[in-house]
Amino acid sequence: MLNLLYLLAAVAFILGLKMLSSPRTAVPGNLLAAAGMLVAVVATLLVGGVVDLPLVLAGIAVGALVGTLLAVLTPMTAMPEMVALLNGFGGAASALVAAAEMLRVHGVEGESFALVPVIAIAASLAVGTVTFSGSMVAFLRLREWLIGGRATVFAGQHLLNAALVLAALAAAVVFVRDPQPGVAVYALVGIALLLGVLLVIPIGGADMPVVICLLNSYSGVAAATTGFVINNTGLIISGSLVGASGIILTNIMCKAMNRSFTNVLFGGFGATVSGGAAGATAAARPVRSGDAEEAAMILEAARSVVIAPGYGMAVAQAQHAVKELADELEKRGVDVKYAIHPVAGRMPGHMNVLLAEANVPYEQLFEMDQINPSFGETDAVLVIGANDVVNPAAKTDPSSPIYGMPVLDVEKARTVMVIKRSLNPGFAGIDNPLYYLPNTMMLFGDAKKMVLALAQAVKNL
Amino acid sequence: MDDLVMLLTVFVLAVFVGFEVISKVPPTVHTPLMSGSNAISGVTILGAVIAAGAAVSTGMRWLGFAAVVLATINVVGGFAVTHRMLGMFRGRGRGRKG
Repeated sequence: MLNLLYLLAAVAFILGLKMLSSPRTAVPGNLLAAAGMLVAVVATLLVGGVVDLPLVLAGIAVGALVGTLLAVLTPMTAMPEMVALLNGFGGAASALVAAAEMLRVHGVEGESFALVPVIAIAASLAVGTVTFSGSMVAFLRLREWLIGGRATVFAGQHLLNAALVLAALAAAVVFVRDPQPGVAVYALVGIALLLGVLLVIPIGGADMPVVICLLNSYSGVAAATTGFVINNTGLIISGSLVGASGIILTNIMCKAMNRSFTNVLFGGFGATVSGGAAGATAAARPVRSGDAEEAAMILEAARSVVIAPGYGMAVAQAQHAVKELADELEKRGVDVKYAIHPVAGRMPGHMNVLLAEANVPYEQLFEMDQINPSFGETDAVLVIGANDVVNPAAKTDPSSPIYGMPVLDVEKARTVMVIKRSLNPGFAGIDNPLYYLPNTMMLFGDAKKMVLALAQAVKNL
Repeated sequence: MDDLVMLLTVFVLAVFVGFEVISKVPPTVHTPLMSGSNAISGVTILGAVIAAGAAVSTGMRWLGFAAVVLATINVVGGFAVTHRMLGMFRGRGRGRKG
């Protein structure tokens, strides 16, 4: 009976995922998946052999309260962090279930471990813990708490990681041969915690979309291995579904950056290559900087304006101000479009979410391939807090760490205006020749304040 | 052994379904798809409920309880935030002039 209801839930998940991947059916898709989860949980509560119902219900109540608060209160700009955090919780929960099962079998007189569940316990503990600590590092990096946005690389990193993987395997083998809650388990969990941290710290802020997708996939794998621990097909099906779809999304992200999967994971992107050199060359070249009034005049006089947003727009929460500016320009007959780079921001689709929040019409958002051919006929481009995704060095400079990554061809427009706090290179630490082009005007300042000033200046014209 | 083969069969087939079900995804729904599938990975809540509900020792009770709390945050937070995000997409076209 229980397995039949799990099958029903699995069908709901599959259809839900399918519907989520198209904008028109996404809302019912999400509700369908949620309904499937509800069915599975209620079924487990009723016929899953739950003895201590109050304890379980208390846990669900606490979790539901915290989850709802997080979902309602988290601003849209903090979505990447939220997804990272939830991922980590899912991974941790899987590892905890495996640990609890280990204690259960150990505590039952006369019951001994079969080989498969023991291997699954080791795998679930390892994957769940790596998911947890990796997600926490991603969370901290996205919040810029404790660690900054830059990649952290040190000599011998790959060797250390390889050694840790071997050590984890050794601990797992010791545990499988003698399945007791003891030193081997603690060692396995400890190594996995460390490994999760070490796998994510060499990945910088700009590569976060890939990491988030990958950790999402891991949390699915953790759930699936936990399914093997407790012999539960519901977990196996749903976990492997998420594991596989996470890999697909990871792939889409890698393609958008024209980089291989291994390159993202082991590349230590940009951190060693530039840095100091970028600052030195920046000082030597002339930069044209302008103010809001000057920029507003150019924007108002333009027939077509393309806005290219990046992570800076998210950080400054400037999306509503951007919409206001666009409205002012449209009132004056300017054609306004948005150019969305697939990896702009810190999460796949980050810019789409933010602009949707600000009620920017969907029809005005253009993907990179759609809009790149039209930059030549564009009067003015307004780059807001984007750096690497508009860096022409990706096309022209083979020594650039992002060489080969498809970028927005903003420099082809008649005038390019870049809103940026300072000339500091972006998260990846890569210098951007766009800032020194003769048709570029730098608008130094906070993205939100500058966009509001632009909107005001356009109104006053 | 037969059990294992059955579980492995389910696992392998589900992986294939996972690869097939998401083929072409427009960038607009990347984020909701990710948070939605994230919520589905919270399915480990089933294991958590079973573990907590069948606890035979204090240690197991606490592990199970913690697992239930974390997994529920994952599930409820994930689905709810996806719904909230998608609600914003539905508003598209409203601001379109003429």
